[in-house]
Amino acid sequence: MTSILELLIAFFLIISGIFGFVGSFGMIKLKDPMSRLHAPTKATTLGVGGVLLASIAHSILLEGKLSLHELLITLFLFLTAPITALFIAKWHIHRHEKPSDLPDAGEDELWATHAVEQVEDVPDHSTN
Amino acid sequence: MMKLLRRIFPHPHLTVLLTLVWLLLANKPSLNSLVFGLLLGIVIPFITQPYWPDRPKLRNWPMIVEYMLVVLWDIVLANIAVARIILFKRDAARQPTFISIPLELRTPEAITVLAGTITMTPGTVSCDLSAQGHKLLVHCLDAPNPDEVRDEIKHRYERRLKEIFE
Repeated sequence: MTSILELLIAFFLIISGIFGFVGSFGMIKLKDPMSRLHAPTKATTLGVGGVLLASIAHSILLEGKLSLHELLITLFLFLTAPITALFIAKWHIHRHEKPSDLPDAGEDELWATHAVEQVEDVPDHSTN
Repeated sequence: MMKLLRRIFPHPHLTVLLTLVWLLLANKPSLNSLVFGLLLGIVIPFITQPYWPDRPKLRNWPMIVEYMLVVLWDIVLANIAVARIILFKRDAARQPTFISIPLELRTPEAITVLAGTITMTPGTVSCDLSAQGHKLLVHCLDAPNPDEVRDEIKHRYERRLKEIFE
């Protein structure tokens, strides 16, 4: 019986390992910075999620006590991942995209990042 | 009476959420952590009230559960879809593009949830909001058909959020 449970836990760990690897591999394979953003925000959610599921399963099935700490990690991850991604995306738009390169912002005319006044004293790294 | 209650509990949902988070942090149910969690749940919304004057109204609780299940399922699918693109698609064959999504949602909380959801789901990352908040800029990892992506986001997520928040 225990070995079946261990198999289940191992299954979750392997899943998470695969997705964690794919997420990191994506950072190398995808060439433009905006596409690179996709790999860590998504592939790693299931990577971490798998470890957390395995951890919950281990504490309930093998140790016989309920541990829901892991749900919190999921919650915090879901809160922080999109915000980090948004920050990096906004930085990219600020440094590397002109308003004319982006789709039309419609009635508002500009996207929020371009609507703030451009600060000139930041060193320009866009050429290298 | 209601007014006094509203002053003491500016965000009742936040109070419940903070208490739950504290109980989960303590990781074993006890009266001790329940009392302290409640205390935090009351004090934190009270002192952060000036920074969050509006009260988001949640109207449709069954829809919230449905929305969470839909999003969780989509996150699993998103992981598989992105993994497949990373592993098997040649980088030159990908068609990354920016798309803009006109928003019907007006509440800031609803737009935040939508932007977060877009980032967590298939091949899309939300990048920016238009200056007055009428459109959302989204980057697609691989979108041969941008209009389809836009329609799906509007139909799958925005429609449900509209029922929850507005």
